[in-house]
Amino acid sequence: MTTLTSTPTTRRLGRPAAPAAKPARPRGLAVSRALLWPALATSIVLTQIPFVVTIYYSLQNWNLLRPGDRDFAGLDNYATVLRDGSFLSSLGSTVLITGSSVLLSTLLGLLFAVLLDRSFTGQGAARTLMITPFLVMPAAAALVWKWSILESTTGMANWALGLVGIPPVAWNTDVPIVTIILVLTWQYTPFAMLILLAGLQAQTKDVLEAAAVDGAGAVRTFLAITLPHLRQYVEISVLLASIMLLQVFDPVAIMTRGTGGTKTLSYLLYERAFVGLQVGEAAAYGVMTVLITIVVATVALRTLFKVFSKEGLGR
Amino acid sequence: MTTSRLRGSLVTAVTWVLVLAFFFPVAWMVFTAFKPESQAATMPPTFAPDFTLDRFETVFSRNMLPYLINSLSASLGSTLLVLALAVPAAYALSIRPIVNVRDALFFFISTRFMPVAASIIPVYLLLQSVGGLDNVTWLTILYIGVNLPIAVWMMRSFLAEVPRELIEAAQLDGARLGTEIFRVVLPIVLPGVAAAGLICFIFAWNEFFLANLLTAQVARTTPPFLTSFVDGRGQFLSVLSAASTVAIVPVVAAGWIAQKQLVRGLAMGAIK
Repeated sequence: MTTLTSTPTTRRLGRPAAPAAKPARPRGLAVSRALLWPALATSIVLTQIPFVVTIYYSLQNWNLLRPGDRDFAGLDNYATVLRDGSFLSSLGSTVLITGSSVLLSTLLGLLFAVLLDRSFTGQGAARTLMITPFLVMPAAAALVWKWSILESTTGMANWALGLVGIPPVAWNTDVPIVTIILVLTWQYTPFAMLILLAGLQAQTKDVLEAAAVDGAGAVRTFLAITLPHLRQYVEISVLLASIMLLQVFDPVAIMTRGTGGTKTLSYLLYERAFVGLQVGEAAAYGVMTVLITIVVATVALRTLFKVFSKEGLGR
Repeated sequence: MTTSRLRGSLVTAVTWVLVLAFFFPVAWMVFTAFKPESQAATMPPTFAPDFTLDRFETVFSRNMLPYLINSLSASLGSTLLVLALAVPAAYALSIRPIVNVRDALFFFISTRFMPVAASIIPVYLLLQSVGGLDNVTWLTILYIGVNLPIAVWMMRSFLAEVPRELIEAAQLDGARLGTEIFRVVLPIVLPGVAAAGLICFIFAWNEFFLANLLTAQVARTTPPFLTSFVDGRGQFLSVLSAASTVAIVPVVAAGWIAQKQLVRGLAMGAIK
């Protein structure tokens, strides 16, 4: 089969496919630029310029409560940020929340992808129900989970636990961080499932049949063939979910307001800037958050492009 | 034979139990929305309530409609503008590649990966100084920045599937750029445009951070409005459920209808 001979590895080792040098007509380049620049300019104006201004603010001593008192502070704000301790604990919370939610949603996503890849009665309906949590407005999800599912006296979670004789848990007050992770896992499992399901469907059936003919059991086939095949899909799903979750704000603002170890970087920055009105310091938090995200994003992009280059970027 | 069939049915049963458990919070929310307030938060739960539509009436008497309209304007407006910018850009990146396709794509996606928090302070202060807070138009403009990269990536992936020969044939026939785009390419990628639009709409409709921060009364959208149903003094669960149900219906319905396109959209075109 041709698809098997053009192995991903050889392409991956070679230089990423460069856009084919097309015998361009002279106007081609100008046209392409004209088509591209409106989008590019919009993106720059809306995202890059504000970030540069944020960097500038981060070097200023500036509190909105004292508008007259605004001067150059050098790296003072960064020193404050690092000395303060809120940053490190917030970084810890962010990593813990992002890490556990991504891990749990990937594992559950894998389970559901495998289950829903089989053909069975109502497969289409089951898939439709499964993608729903990702479509639900995060604000609504956070509110419903907090007040309807996890509420300690009337919530459905404690009622279900009671059925099997487990005493009720005061979710919202005792373990706020667990409530955040539960909601995020619930919302991102469908996301992981969709990507992994696409991976399962892209698997060549010949290999699986060959394995069956050779007498390999379902479990062995899954571990030896399917799982390695899924690796790249797992990577994409993990990295995209990580990048989205590193910015997580909605459930924190709605369910816990940053209490109980749930103060993520986004929430901390929001608090410093819009409650504390410490513009300079908040800007420094923003810049630090970006630096951390860049580290993750760089890894993410590499992976994306690795997968991507097989398809032949730019052809 | 029978054992394997039995095992198959067992796996199917387990699958359904897990799927229904996962879907339960949504189902319970919708169910609670139809309960009278006194039967909403009870222990044990009320499974056979006196069904009523009163809570939906309450939701709209608390003036939910303007918030829904704000959400609709910001989502629809930003989606249309994003598509108008993204389709040509993706076209330039996939069908008429210029030198730095990789760099351009990299740039677009990196703006999506950047935390909104990184640019919110200057944006807030700017809007404050020009009187742009609590204004749907400004919110719409900011949503363009959020969704543009996703749309460019998605469209690039859809456009890459247009048979090259078709475009070359059109070009040989001396077709103008307009004809090339509107007559040859657009009809083929129209489902892709719809999918990209849907994803942008979903993200904009569900967006909370910017909406919560930059709007107050006039331009408030649905997500921050929902939080106002939490009432410290009385029972609010069924009215909150009713409001949440109304808020999620448009996007959930759209997502169900177009679920096949969702996969590619969510992976930003990285998976074909």
